[in-house]
Amino acid sequence: MPDARILAGRPVAFRGGGFAPRPVGPLGPAVFIVVIGLWELGSRIGWITPLILPAPSEAFAALAYLVETGEIWRHLEASVSRLVIGWSAGMILGVAVGFSIGLFSIARSGLVPVVAALFPIPKIALLPLFIVWFGIGEGSKIATILFGTFFPTVIATYGGVDNVDRNLIRMGQSFGLSWLSIVRKIVLPGALPAILSGTRISASIAIILLVAAEMIGAEYGIGAYVLLAGNLAATDQLIAGVAMLSVLGLVVSWLIGRAERYFLRWRS
Amino acid sequence: MDLQIDGLNHRYGDMPVLDGIDLRIESGRIVCLIGPSGCGKSTLLRLIGGLEQPSDGAIRQVGEPPDGCLNPLTYIFQDFALLPWRTARGNISLVLEDHGLSERETGRIVDDVLARTDLSEFGNAFPRQLSGGMKQRVAIARALAVNPAVFLMDEPLSALDGQTRALLMDDLIGLWTREPFTAVYVTHNLQEAVRLGHKIVVLSRRPGRIRDQVTIDMPLEDRSDTVTELPQIQQRLWEMLREEAQAADRELTDA
Repeated sequence: MPDARILAGRPVAFRGGGFAPRPVGPLGPAVFIVVIGLWELGSRIGWITPLILPAPSEAFAALAYLVETGEIWRHLEASVSRLVIGWSAGMILGVAVGFSIGLFSIARSGLVPVVAALFPIPKIALLPLFIVWFGIGEGSKIATILFGTFFPTVIATYGGVDNVDRNLIRMGQSFGLSWLSIVRKIVLPGALPAILSGTRISASIAIILLVAAEMIGAEYGIGAYVLLAGNLAATDQLIAGVAMLSVLGLVVSWLIGRAERYFLRWRS
Repeated sequence: MDLQIDGLNHRYGDMPVLDGIDLRIESGRIVCLIGPSGCGKSTLLRLIGGLEQPSDGAIRQVGEPPDGCLNPLTYIFQDFALLPWRTARGNISLVLEDHGLSERETGRIVDDVLARTDLSEFGNAFPRQLSGGMKQRVAIARALAVNPAVFLMDEPLSALDGQTRALLMDDLIGLWTREPFTAVYVTHNLQEAVRLGHKIVVLSRRPGRIRDQVTIDMPLEDRSDTVTELPQIQQRLWEMLREEAQAADRELTDA
């Protein structure tokens, strides 16, 4: 005699769902506030000694002083201009070389091994050499950022060109489009998603190299400011400088996000 | 303009894919190419349109393309091949941009072909917003825009579901009856072949040879599902294809 429950039927157990994380409202900012709040609290009641880590309020005061004296703008101006010049030059050269590797057999077989050999070198290791070549001033700093952003851009670009749907290129050829039209209207937009995600990587590399380069022979710049603060054991200023770097990184990433939304609005 | 194919052979490396193809594609008629998968029918289409070079033999254009023809041999692809970053209008104007037409003339052609394919209200839609059937309509509109001498259609309906396929088939028949065009239509669907083809060319399995050519004289607009002749022809074609398809199915592919 079968069990009555089996005869009546059991509901089918749900076993799908999950694996689809979604952003949960203001959780991100809340984590920031809680962490900084705990940090401040810890400093106030003496868990964290100011020698090891200053209170957030002290770092904020150092930042406010920097704004008051106007020094902040000189540091930011120096850093941002190095970043913009080095990064855009690296991007332009990288995209150009990436396209030639993606389009021409000779460039591909000639340059891919060179890129593979030079890409893994930490560019900071080359900084002394750049100082010899380009001087202790702006030249060596910009060259470091340029070289650092050039290689990832080359790799992202030619990867993007390689991934352009060949059927679309055949379509262009079948309608008699000129070579330049195919490159401009099919290959370039098709490679753009990869190029733009390459800019995210190269932008963070650029900021890392910027600080490293500014730690040698720079009067102004966030890196120089952080280095000086470290030498004076002024941890409040050090944290203020690091916070500026974090904000700089966030602004750059936000700008790239805007660019992606604008240029890739055709994607779902 | 007719197309004449003489003694066409094609090999990939050591492997022959097409062998001794002789074929005439007459103006104003639709030639359907059918054959088992891997028989080289898509390769033949790429050769006809100049996207590949034959190993041997010749493909000639006989006569002049029609007036205002911008691209005599024009493809319609199975996967539509629309640029996802361009709207329907942008995809159509893409193929006009290299011809030095004025903006007004381009606009006029785009409006005209959108109207002929019943797409006027979708001009500003991106491909991702369109269903498969609508995407293929945009691709047909794009092909119409260059006023081709011969349409080269590579399984244009194979990526679509059955209902959409039926609708687009009616559209193609409508377009042809209003203004007869020349086409080479590659398909593996025998029903499509007997609905659209004035001449049906049956290819054998690899290396593809012409096994038979069947001519259907009945006008396209009279060919509905109720006509009893069509299923009979379809049955005959299937019998021809059956053993080829069976043998082809059991081959290893390493093309």
